Amino acid sequence: MSTVFVNDIEVEVGPKDNLIQAARAAGVEIPHYCWHEALSVVASCRMCLVEVGEKKPDGTIAMGPKLVPACQTPAKPGTVVKTETAKVKTGQQMTLEFLLLNHPLDCSICDQAGECYLQDYTFKFGKAQSRLNEPKVQRLDKYHIGEQIALFTDRCVMCTRCVRFTREISGTAELQVVARGSVEEIDVFPNKPCNNKLAGNVVDLCPVGALCSKDFLYKKRVWWLKSQKSVCAGCSTGCSIEVDQNEDHVYRLRPRANPLAQGHFMCDEGRFGFKYVQSDNRLKGPTSKSINTVGASVNAVTNGNGSVAGKLFQPADLAVVDHWPAAIQEAREKIKAAVDANASSFAAVFSPMMSVEEAYLLASYLKGLNRNVKLLMGPVPVVGEDDCYPKNVNGSAPTAEKTKFTIRAEKCPNRMGVEKILKHFQGAVVPIEEAIQGTHGIQAWYFVGGYATPDESAGWVTPAIEKATESAKLLIVQDIFPSVLSKRADIVFAGSAFTERDGTFINHRGLAQAFRAATRPPHASRADGRVLNELCQRQGLYNTEVLRKEIASKIPSLESLSVGDLGVHGVELQQLVGAYS
Amino acid sequence: MSTAETPVTQVEKKQKKKTVQWGDDPKIGFVEALYLPAIAGGIATALKHAFFKKRSTAQYPEQKPEMPPNYRGVHRLNRDEEGRVKCVACYMCQTACPANCIEIIAAPAPQDDPKWANRDKFPATFTIDELRCIYCGMCEEACPVDAIELTSIYDLTGMSRQEMIFDKEKLLSVFDETSKAGLDPVRTNRGALGPASEKSLQSADSPPPPGRGKHG
Repeated sequence: MSTVFVNDIEVEVGPKDNLIQAARAAGVEIPHYCWHEALSVVASCRMCLVEVGEKKPDGTIAMGPKLVPACQTPAKPGTVVKTETAKVKTGQQMTLEFLLLNHPLDCSICDQAGECYLQDYTFKFGKAQSRLNEPKVQRLDKYHIGEQIALFTDRCVMCTRCVRFTREISGTAELQVVARGSVEEIDVFPNKPCNNKLAGNVVDLCPVGALCSKDFLYKKRVWWLKSQKSVCAGCSTGCSIEVDQNEDHVYRLRPRANPLAQGHFMCDEGRFGFKYVQSDNRLKGPTSKSINTVGASVNAVTNGNGSVAGKLFQPADLAVVDHWPAAIQEAREKIKAAVDANASSFAAVFSPMMSVEEAYLLASYLKGLNRNVKLLMGPVPVVGEDDCYPKNVNGSAPTAEKTKFTIRAEKCPNRMGVEKILKHFQGAVVPIEEAIQGTHGIQAWYFVGGYATPDESAGWVTPAIEKATESAKLLIVQDIFPSVLSKRADIVFAGSAFTERDGTFINHRGLAQAFRAATRPPHASRADGRVLNELCQRQGLYNTEVLRKEIASKIPSLESLSVGDLGVHGVELQQLVGAYS
Repeated sequence: MSTAETPVTQVEKKQKKKTVQWGDDPKIGFVEALYLPAIAGGIATALKHAFFKKRSTAQYPEQKPEMPPNYRGVHRLNRDEEGRVKCVACYMCQTACPANCIEIIAAPAPQDDPKWANRDKFPATFTIDELRCIYCGMCEEACPVDAIELTSIYDLTGMSRQEMIFDKEKLLSVFDETSKAGLDPVRTNRGALGPASEKSLQSADSPPPPGRGKHG
């Protein structure tokens, strides 16, 4: 630790911090474009120029004669930084005027407007007028940079963050700077577009509107997006993310820096893989064979009141019958009857897409009915092998200590959390594949799905599961997409995707992170936690903080959840920390 | 609770009472109480209006009033020199609209079409609910390219709510109609990009930029 003075504020900083970080600790903002915490330092944008001096042991301060880049200057003991002198302010104004020389100022059509550092810094540190009298250099947009990336060349400030990202984090090095001077620009090699699995990050890294996501291009102005802190459910890395939504429609996911989880970035599989959430194929409401509410509750109403059609009011507009209480009541009775008849022939299949709270609610409810009820682990989707970055020159994976980002093969967010719950209630984790071998004798099933499989044919129900449940006397399915099972089920609960629920995911190395609902579930579907809460007839509403505390008090291996609020970075399960480090 | 009241609050109450001033009705004399002078005055005014003043009643709808040029009526979407919609779909009007009556869906400009070669973004749809609009003019204030304007058309009628929701084509046709009739709003052509792009007074008068002192 060393003591640094930023604008006469004394702060303690770490040995590897630079002056931008020191100033941040003192609550002072030093503007910067090219510097990024996760990338190497180039000090090329000149936006972070500050006055730097040294406090001598006798107390006198000797300031340096010229401005130095704060990003490149280590915060050594006794460093004095001044960011508000006339010299620094002049420097910032000149730098911004230079960066804006050939900038087209097309904020009105730029996707970055509203979250653009050129706008923000010009407002805070710049000046209003440019002295350029000559016409601005205009250059062509490049839509060929990548499948997901478009480059608006003349908005670029040449910070080279994107170039360094592809060299240092993804290791694929598709992007580079071509030409020099005022015609300098970012480009790819001919026919070698930037399509690596981390490519979407360059859009986030771009401090201006030069690199834009084609997926999000012109879809929404950013000031209408409301963000919710969440966790990506794409794989067991559990990247911290922001879910940006407007009017219950998710427009994009952005990585949220979390040193405990993934760092600063996220992969494109997760970034663009959320689309299933708003698929038309989603289950729209609870259905049941016996109370004949097949289809969405909305449909049931229009069909049921067809005779009044032609009158002034359409009944469907006025009232939507809520089928949830009836469906839950029926499920509760049928589960009770099946368990009473033969508890060991009742099995509940837990999905690794469930949150810890949901798994706890279901497990404690069923084990509370009878201890002999079987709790099984559902299919864990695994695709290929872990994909580690940065890639070497020949495209192979790096060694473990050089790995900066990993896309896990396990395509589910919470296998570890669900396994911990199962281990506590069942004693061991029994995968469903194991349980249905031979004559299993299971007559009643409670299936939880929630997998990201909008396409029915590529669903999670394996032929073995399909066969094992053929002769079932009771089949209850809680899922978000129709499947072979949901079509055959006695009762179907339409659940929610990860952007519509509150809960906890525990990632591959035991980091428990809270994810929060960003949108409401579509149609008459409901958050799984709420459904299970009502199924268990618990008092009050589904509340993750209360549940976490309860889980922590009952299950020793999840004791760390006792804090309730897991904060923005999450909480590591204690006994795993040692194992990891 | 009077025992709990401190002397200070009692004083305050007294002062409060004093601040209320009641006005008295003016005293009516004998002549006013007859009301005859007032009736005579009224009849005189009516006669004056009937015989000596210019009539201000207009024979609407046969005779249409001329609206002031800054009247805020039905919207129009302007066209640029090449006949394309001038709007760049920046959503500023939709953001500024206090009545939430504007809805734009933006799209990338058709890249294959040479007509749109120099445009990146354009409004695929642009709808204004003329019934929900409060005609405040914030949309044209906000527009950075002077694409949306309020015309002096005031007699907006329709047979259904649906036909009062104006789409892009309808709004462009309002432009064609009004510009052909020479009814451009007074705000048209005030500047290429509106007041935001005009040089402020300050720039001409301001001292040389910092850093250009004796060291150049």
